[in-house]
Amino acid sequence: MKGSTVSINSVSKSFGTFHALDNVGFTINKGEFFSLLGPSGCGKTTLLRIIAGFEYPDEGTVLFDDKNVIPLPPNKRQSNTVFQNYALFPHLSVYENVAFPLRLRKLGKTEIDEKVQEYLHLVQLDAHAYKKPNQLSGGQRQRVAIARALINEPKVLLLDEPLSALDAKLRSNLLIELDSIHDKIGITFIYVTHDQSEALSVSDRIAVMNQGKVLQVGTPFEIYESPATEFVAQFIGETNSFDARVDECVSFLEEDGEVKEYMCTLDVPSLSSSIKVTDYEKTETGQKVCVTVRPEKIRITLEPPVTSRKDINVFTGVVEEPIYSGFQSKFYVRLDNGVLVKVFKQHSNYLDDGPEISWKDRVYISWSPNDGYIVEDITK
Amino acid sequence: MSRVRESKPPAAPKTPRPGLKNMGAMYAWPMGLWFTAFFIVPLLIIILYSFLKKGLYGGVVGEFSLNAYKQMFNPNYGLVLLRTVRISLISTLFTILLALPCGYAMARSKFQTVLLFLVIIPFWTNSLIRIFAWMSILGNDGFINSLLMQLGLTKDYLKLLYNQQAVILVSVYMYLPYAILPIFTAIDRFDFSLLEAARDLGATKPASMMKVLLPNVKSGVVTAVIFTFIPIFGAYTVPLLVGGKDSYMIGNIIVDQVNKTRNWPLAAAFSMIITVLSTVGVLWMMASSKKESALKTPGKAEEKR
Repeated sequence: MKGSTVSINSVSKSFGTFHALDNVGFTINKGEFFSLLGPSGCGKTTLLRIIAGFEYPDEGTVLFDDKNVIPLPPNKRQSNTVFQNYALFPHLSVYENVAFPLRLRKLGKTEIDEKVQEYLHLVQLDAHAYKKPNQLSGGQRQRVAIARALINEPKVLLLDEPLSALDAKLRSNLLIELDSIHDKIGITFIYVTHDQSEALSVSDRIAVMNQGKVLQVGTPFEIYESPATEFVAQFIGETNSFDARVDECVSFLEEDGEVKEYMCTLDVPSLSSSIKVTDYEKTETGQKVCVTVRPEKIRITLEPPVTSRKDINVFTGVVEEPIYSGFQSKFYVRLDNGVLVKVFKQHSNYLDDGPEISWKDRVYISWSPNDGYIVEDITK
Repeated sequence: MSRVRESKPPAAPKTPRPGLKNMGAMYAWPMGLWFTAFFIVPLLIIILYSFLKKGLYGGVVGEFSLNAYKQMFNPNYGLVLLRTVRISLISTLFTILLALPCGYAMARSKFQTVLLFLVIIPFWTNSLIRIFAWMSILGNDGFINSLLMQLGLTKDYLKLLYNQQAVILVSVYMYLPYAILPIFTAIDRFDFSLLEAARDLGATKPASMMKVLLPNVKSGVVTAVIFTFIPIFGAYTVPLLVGGKDSYMIGNIIVDQVNKTRNWPLAAAFSMIITVLSTVGVLWMMASSKKESALKTPGKAEEKR
């Protein structure tokens, strides 16, 4: 791997009275595609700018392979940035934009030419070398910015919402391209985004941030399936969450005398009912928790659900808002006790879909205890 | 669920109302008339006079003659011309060098409006009075000399006034606002994230200024050069009031030819020199900055997407 490890150690930064970063710390592995994900104003861009050298933290250090880079100016760091607004030099052609870092290093003419051609080829812009940035489309400009940032062969590539100015189709294409560039080059990518689907699709790991704090660091799977806080659950994908109180947790699955899974019964005041959820850890009786259920894991049927299991959670209600979106339908179901629940139904093939569910239909919604997830830090 | 098929495309937008296109020309004619009467006609008169014979007591005689242009081939006049070019170039250089950091500071400042106001304030005072103010600062018993003497740093008066340096100093002072304004406007439009990009890509602070800021604010600098060089090139009050023998400029020749020597065709010919040289200079600068921004796109310029 050609990249370097990036360690962020208890970094804090304030702008006046606004705490942009509050004691942030984690380590990004060599060659990882790492995303900083969070809503706008969560501090992710500030953290990226600190790593790049445009801002200085009030406290804390940033290490590239065990070397503190905080005292170094941006031009002395082995990182390069792809800016949100591209920041291409308007007075220079595509070729000269990409050659800019090499000209600063005063390399020979043939060497510059070889490298520029190589990187223009990497981003598939060979045919546009002599155009000015204002003659390019948004996607092409972004590729020039990527080639320009990579040509110095940095150990870390910083990407500040690089796709946010592009339309949706182009965005997903460029994202796949970015991923393949990452595979080819093998350096560490730090990718800032507020778009959870972008982050989920390409990252090796993600740090979810909110209000200057890191809430969770993990693989996309971990973050989606076992969110650390209710905010993470709400921010990544969509979810239904309920405040609840633990009635009891009993052993559900045992292996070699060791409890692998617990079955918890939770009292949910808003549903005026109790639900069952399985968990790998025991939760104390009486503890207040938040439980989340992903909409795609809830079944919606016109008839009572047919199953051999007795512990599934079943509620009845009326479809308040059906939203058809091609590959799936979203239903907003008003339960009899007044709570609104989101349910997604995948349209796989015609016969499996069953009878069509429409507006004002009385429906049964059901989910298995395995599909609920307990987020424990509600008391905070 | 509503699955309504949209069968008709929306109606095409109507073409804009005709007849609104060329109103500009109509509104422009008063200005056109003004310029014709007070700029083009006098210029034509000057051109005409330069090709006529000089009258005995000033004025002209209606007879074609190239005498005025022949008289200009006098080595003394050549010297004045070179000196005028030199003073104008040096003054312009200093003005731009001062205006660039000023414009940059203003563009990055929170107090833009206040600073802009401060730059414009000198225009409230007549330029002659401002030149006199400089004379009282630089004069033998002026502010600087009396300060230096009182501090005991000098024993005799320093000769600060009535030389070329004084002409350059006062010219720079006079035309600095004219240079700051276009440079400020250009820098204000500049995207400062480009400087961060340059730094990120390995440029030092000075290198990022030279290689990214300067080329992108070039149009403002060109305008500032034009606004500064042309008036200084044709100046006559400043060299007349604060200059000495070493700072006699073309503008002074013209005044003397009109008032003292009474050779109007020669004065007209020198005016022509100023007009032609500065016009050629402006056109050359505009052409060269245009050429640089022109696109050198070999082959087809089609977009892939």
